[in-house]
This record gives sequence, C-alpha cells and structure tokens, in this order.
Amino acid sequence: MQERSKLLLIVGAFLAAYYVPWDHALIRRSGIEAFMMLQEYARDHVLTCLIPAFFIAGAIAVFVSQASVLKYFGAQARKILSYSVASISGTILAVCSCTVLPLFAGIYTRGAGIGPATAFLYSGPAINVLAITLTAKILGWQLGLARAVGAVVFAIVTGLLMAFIFRRDDAARTAGQIFVPDAGEKKRTLLQDTLYLLTMVLILVFAAFAKPAAGSTGLWPAIFAAKWYITIVLLIILGFMVATWFTKDERANWMGSTWGFMKQIFPLLAGGVLVAGFMLGRPGHPALIPEQWIQSLVGGNSIWANLIASVAGALMYFATLTEVPILQGLLGAGMGKGPALALLLAGPALSLPNMLVIGSVMGFKKTATFCGIIVIMSTVAGLIYGSVVGG
Amino acid sequence: MEIKVLGPGCAKCQQTEKVVKEAVAESGVTADVEKVTDLMAIAGYGVFGTPAVVVDGEVKSVGTVPRKDDVKSWLVQ
Repeated sequence: MQERSKLLLIVGAFLAAYYVPWDHALIRRSGIEAFMMLQEYARDHVLTCLIPAFFIAGAIAVFVSQASVLKYFGAQARKILSYSVASISGTILAVCSCTVLPLFAGIYTRGAGIGPATAFLYSGPAINVLAITLTAKILGWQLGLARAVGAVVFAIVTGLLMAFIFRRDDAARTAGQIFVPDAGEKKRTLLQDTLYLLTMVLILVFAAFAKPAAGSTGLWPAIFAAKWYITIVLLIILGFMVATWFTKDERANWMGSTWGFMKQIFPLLAGGVLVAGFMLGRPGHPALIPEQWIQSLVGGNSIWANLIASVAGALMYFATLTEVPILQGLLGAGMGKGPALALLLAGPALSLPNMLVIGSVMGFKKTATFCGIIVIMSTVAGLIYGSVVGG
Repeated sequence: MEIKVLGPGCAKCQQTEKVVKEAVAESGVTADVEKVTDLMAIAGYGVFGTPAVVVDGEVKSVGTVPRKDDVKSWLVQ
C-alpha cells in the first residue's frame, strides 16, 4: 500500500469517527445488526461449511496438476477442448484474480486466442469451489445450482461471441514458446485422487446437511439424524487415506495451501459480513438502508430490476466470497430472486478495477464488448430464473 | 546477471522476490533483481502462471515459490 493511500485511510477513519452520529437509533441498530450477522456466520457456517471447503480448495490447489489443464490453452490446442476446459477450469485453477489475470493475458497473447481467454476470464472467479459451496449453503441450493450452471454456460457463450465478433484480428498474435507450471511427479493413481477429493466433498455435504422441514418423513430426516455419525466415519476414512497415501511433504503442502486460503479469505469475508450487516441487516431486520429503496430498485422480477442488478454487480468490486453476505442482506430486504442471480452472474467476474486491467490487455473496444455481453446475458438469465422460481 | 521476478503483486509473488533476493545476497553473485508487474510484459515471456522467475532471459520457474537452494543453483550456472 502506498503512503498516500495509508494517509487517506487514516483521514477517512478520523472523519467517520468525528462526524458519524453514533448515538442515533438507526446507527445503533445497524451496528448491532452487523455483529448479529457476523455471529450467525460464525455459528452456522464456519465450522460445517467454510472449514471443509477451505481444505478442499487447498487440496485442489496442491494435488490437481495445473500443467495438465493449461496445456489445453496453447496455440495448437483443439478449439472445442479449449472452450470446455476454459469454462470449468475456474473450479480447479483460481480463487483470486491475482492468478486469473496473468493467465488470461498469457492465453490471449500467446495461446489459444481471445475466445478461450475471455471464457477463462469469466469462469475463473465465478465458479470456484468455495463460492459455489457458500452460495448453496447460505442462499439456497437452487441459487447455488443456477449460479454454477449459469457460470459454465456464460463462459462458453461469451468466449464464442468474442471470438466471432473479433474474428479478424485474432490472427495477429505471436506464437512463441509457452511455459506452464511444472507437473511434478505423481505417486497416486487417478482413482486415489478422486476418492480422496470425493471423501472431502461428502464430509462437506453431510456436515452442512440442512435440517429438513418439520413433519417431513422418509430419507431426509433419517440422514439428518445420522449426519454426525456419517461425518465421523468419513473423517476416519479421510484420516486413513491421508496417512497412507501421502508423503510428509505433500501433507505439509496441503496444510500450507489451506492455511494460505484461510488467511486470505477469512478477514475479507468477516469484513464483508460486517458491512453487509451494517448496511442491510439480517433478513427480517432492517438496518441503515431503508428496505423500500431496495424493493423499488431490485424487487420483483422486472427487466429494470434485473438490469440494475447486473450493472451494479458489474461495476462493484466483491472481494472473494463477500458477494454472498451482501446478497443475503439484499434478499432479506426485498430483492427479487431473478435480480439476485443477475448480480451473482455479473458480479464476481467484473468490477471497475478489473475492467481497467482487462482494458490494458485487450483494448477498450474488446473490453466494452466483453462487459456488455455479460451484463446483457446476466439480465436475461435473471429474468428467466425469476420467472421460473417466482418472485 | 539479470533476474526478473514476474507477478502482479500477490502474496506469493512478494515471497518469491524475497527468496530470490536472499539467495542472491547469500551466494555473493552480483545480480540485478527486478520485479515485473505489468501484465502484458509478463505475458510477453509466455509464462502461464505467476509467480515466475526469469534468469538472463531464461524462464526458470512458473507458478510456484521456488526454494532458495534452487534459486542458488540457477545463479552459479
């Protein structure tokens, strides 16, 4: 951080401390809402959802070979493969934009060209495993599923559209040598790796298993009653796998990368929850921003509500995962489900600072087209989703 | 000797710069260590992943924080 921005930060904090009417009833209520929301996350979501998800993200970062994925982005790679890999590789390659942007610049200038590059640029931040898990847990599995499916479809369509619109000048790029991260030697079979990741995903599923509606019978209540026993059995199996299949170095790498994600994401998420709680409050508890404002802007499922939500999502910067508490607050304050999906689809992939960086790589015209495509598609997807699930 | 650390400024890139500088200091080689943060300049090297280390125009590591001993072995060549 530069010295000047530090100074601005301190001056800003001072002015807020000096001028904000902290004893006003509205500010007090908002402040309490901020911490009530933080407590809700701490009690309901951290142990059963976030912690297992961090371990999975850490395992993917260490044990899934990046080289095997990246070779599909080379200039010689088959186009169909490039697009399909680009659209799903976000789940295994990237959690933060700091990995996405250099990779995007590389694919664009040296590799498979603008189509796969923009497909990757979109899918990278939108469909990582942490974001999808948290969306499904907190905002409901319907929205989580719609987000995952929407992100994959959007990535492919955006990439194809970009490649078609700019098909002329795509030929003018250099085909030099490319360097991908080292593959590293493998001691486990693919089956072992799959079983290991599957076990962790199952732990996540059962530990976070939602309480079924009161009075329901059959399989769901039975699973819910047994969920901790199943989780413990799975944990023992996982412990056995980790102890016998992995070397000491690999275990240390796994822990290191999991810890890296936690360090990076927990402070941001806690900050995001506090801000969302302060501004919007928990569902059913109004806070600083009046609920009528939100209802009149993004309530219901009109084309305007969806358009406003997707434009706002495109311009706003969401630090990793903070889009989830913010949307939770917005939904609680009366945002429609369609606009919520529109914001989720346009939000994480685009932001004002991000656009400036993309602009420096591929120029103003292509960046504007890229953003336009995403905003329009998000609006349409929101309209469709809103009319399917109703309000 | 000219060493470039490629990376837009994430935590791993800063760690890499630190490791490289320490390795240079410990091995006593005279070398310029330069941090490259411009995305197009990074892409110009053809690296698909950061942090990356380039020694005298040759790409030595991509996508990981190199170990200090590895960096030293690049310096003596």
